[in-house]
Amino acid sequence: MKIHEYQAKALMKDRGIAVPEGVVATTVDEAVDAVGTLIESTGNPVVVVKSQIHAGGRGKGRFKEFPDLGGVTVVLDGIDGGVDAARAKVRDLASKMLGSTLVTIQTGDEGKTVNTLYIEQGIDIATELYLSVVLDRSTSRNIVMASTEGGTEIEVVAAETPDKIIKEEIDPAFGLLDFQARRIAYGLGFEGDAFKNGVKFLKMLTAAAVELDTDLVEINPLVVTTDGRVMALDGKMSFEANALYRHPDVVALRDPSEEDVAEMEAKEYGLSFIKLDGSIGCMVNGAGLAMATMDIINYVGGEPANFLDVGGGAEKDQIAAAFKIITADANVKGIFVNIFGGIMRCDIIAEGVVAAVKEVGLEVPLVVRLEGTNVELGKQIIDESGLNVVSAQDMKDGAVKIVELAR
Amino acid sequence: MSVLVDKNTKVLVQGMGKTGRFHTDKAIAYGTNMVGAVHPSRAGQVELYTGETDHSGVQGRDDTYSVEIPIYRDVVEAVAETGANATVVYVPPPFAADAIMEAADAGVELIITVTEGIPVADMVIAKRYLEDKNVRLVGPNCPGVITPQECKIGIMPGYIHTPGKIGVVSRSGTLTYEAVHQLTLNGLGQTTAIGIGGDPVNGTNFVDCLTMFNDDPSTEGVIMIGEIGGTAEEEAAEWIKAYMTKPVASFIAGTSAPPGKRMGHAGAIISGGKGTAEAKIEALSGAGVVVAPTPTDMGAAMLEAMGG
Repeated sequence: MKIHEYQAKALMKDRGIAVPEGVVATTVDEAVDAVGTLIESTGNPVVVVKSQIHAGGRGKGRFKEFPDLGGVTVVLDGIDGGVDAARAKVRDLASKMLGSTLVTIQTGDEGKTVNTLYIEQGIDIATELYLSVVLDRSTSRNIVMASTEGGTEIEVVAAETPDKIIKEEIDPAFGLLDFQARRIAYGLGFEGDAFKNGVKFLKMLTAAAVELDTDLVEINPLVVTTDGRVMALDGKMSFEANALYRHPDVVALRDPSEEDVAEMEAKEYGLSFIKLDGSIGCMVNGAGLAMATMDIINYVGGEPANFLDVGGGAEKDQIAAAFKIITADANVKGIFVNIFGGIMRCDIIAEGVVAAVKEVGLEVPLVVRLEGTNVELGKQIIDESGLNVVSAQDMKDGAVKIVELAR
Repeated sequence: MSVLVDKNTKVLVQGMGKTGRFHTDKAIAYGTNMVGAVHPSRAGQVELYTGETDHSGVQGRDDTYSVEIPIYRDVVEAVAETGANATVVYVPPPFAADAIMEAADAGVELIITVTEGIPVADMVIAKRYLEDKNVRLVGPNCPGVITPQECKIGIMPGYIHTPGKIGVVSRSGTLTYEAVHQLTLNGLGQTTAIGIGGDPVNGTNFVDCLTMFNDDPSTEGVIMIGEIGGTAEEEAAEWIKAYMTKPVASFIAGTSAPPGKRMGHAGAIISGGKGTAEAKIEALSGAGVVVAPTPTDMGAAMLEAMGG
């Protein structure tokens, strides 16, 4: 689960981790009001207006409606013009940004609507660095990754200058040890006050990552200020889905406007659903088989409209819900049901499909491939249902047939 | 011959909810030697399982079975009383990692964890706990392990399996069934099929299974089913190149998966450009593995790899 930058920074601030002062705004007036508060409390005449969306690359991103306007904009007007000039500029920016569509390298061409702004104090930056805490799957441990190449994507650094990446493994029994934090601080070139503050920052950030069950904390850039403070200038946090049950405070930060409606509805029925751009709806049992079904549709020249795993023990209600979700997508020109009945019997699945089709109605071709327990009985139920359903011999046969029929 | 489990495996069950009991019954019907269960608040009770024998399992049994499963307060007691050398964990996610560590503490050699949805951080701790203990964890979030007609531990349908010469290892349950079914139809059969699970932190990986199959005299070839996410397939490819003496076929799910989206399994995600199907297929092909273009071709890919 992802959250916004301002939410991540609030979680960090609560845990003593240094972040710039900032104010959240969902209206132009709130944004303008924030300017005075920030300039007064920090003494810094510079403020930054930051679009809050669940996607990276906001600084370089541009608004569809205002192609010259970046998603993160520094307001310098306060330096010469004072608070009023800064206010006027923020009023102009906020009125353009709020409700407009920001397109970044991570949003796709359709972009994302900006509903919230974060107005932050300006910071006098000495150096920009990179820091993250992430699971390393090959060692089954969290690692701290740091680099002196702040502001650059870590994937780029890893590809071009891998020796610039510092890694420390966190032993779950001990957490990040002091000497490890010092080693990272040396690697990042921290000196004097910055060294002390940096070690403290590292220890607190890794402790927060463990406490909150994050699957990623990324600070890019982490900055050293001209007066030796170490701060999270940006903050990205995402949380591990299996552990959300023990973090109701984190779940409360969920922004429904950032999530796909169909995906959320599917979740309520215990279905694992991901919307894609193609025209062939898929209903499958098992995550691996569901992925492989998308692949095989692609392989035979079609485009899958979704990933959908109904799970191992799908009941009639879930199958009906799955059909509704698939058919609600106007792009869907055909549906492929692909089931390997193991513990789940094919005749039960077939009955579920027939009942669901009768309830939901069917305006596009449907191909059903059944294999496994009671497969003959299952096929018989489909064939005798009087519905316009085509049976498939195997997965590839089914994929070929549905792509053909959906043309 | 086989790996991990055979007719001498004595199995405990941890987690006696609806799922645990349902699959305990299926395992007994198959002929698995289920010897006891662990449930702190029901210790001392006995659960009776009766029904019709699944004749696709252990051969030469009566048509019906009636088996009493004693319930123990903890794994130490259960092992002392039954001599169990394997356990299957169906415990709900919040408590499953503790169940795994309890079994490890009791010295159970093989811990097969079916539970899906265990917090990753819990598994990081459990793996750390298991580090210096002589036990093997399979899973979590996996269908289990089966040696056809000898021992079935987990949730896979027994009847699709048949004794034979191919080792099967997979991150996905239903794709394992697809592969097994094709190997049964084309006459190759299976020595042992192992589900290693779809989570990012798991106990047994591809290299562990390839090593076991390579050392098992009855295994003549291996099917390895991977998917997007992580680099376990790439690491397996390196190992195959260096050490594998038997033919390997493979299928990798997720060539059409978009980056940054978790495809059902917690571990099936392409992040930061890493974990793509293309990279895995390239690594495996480079190691001489025959990679099936679609799951329908897995059995044929195995035949091809074996020179048939």
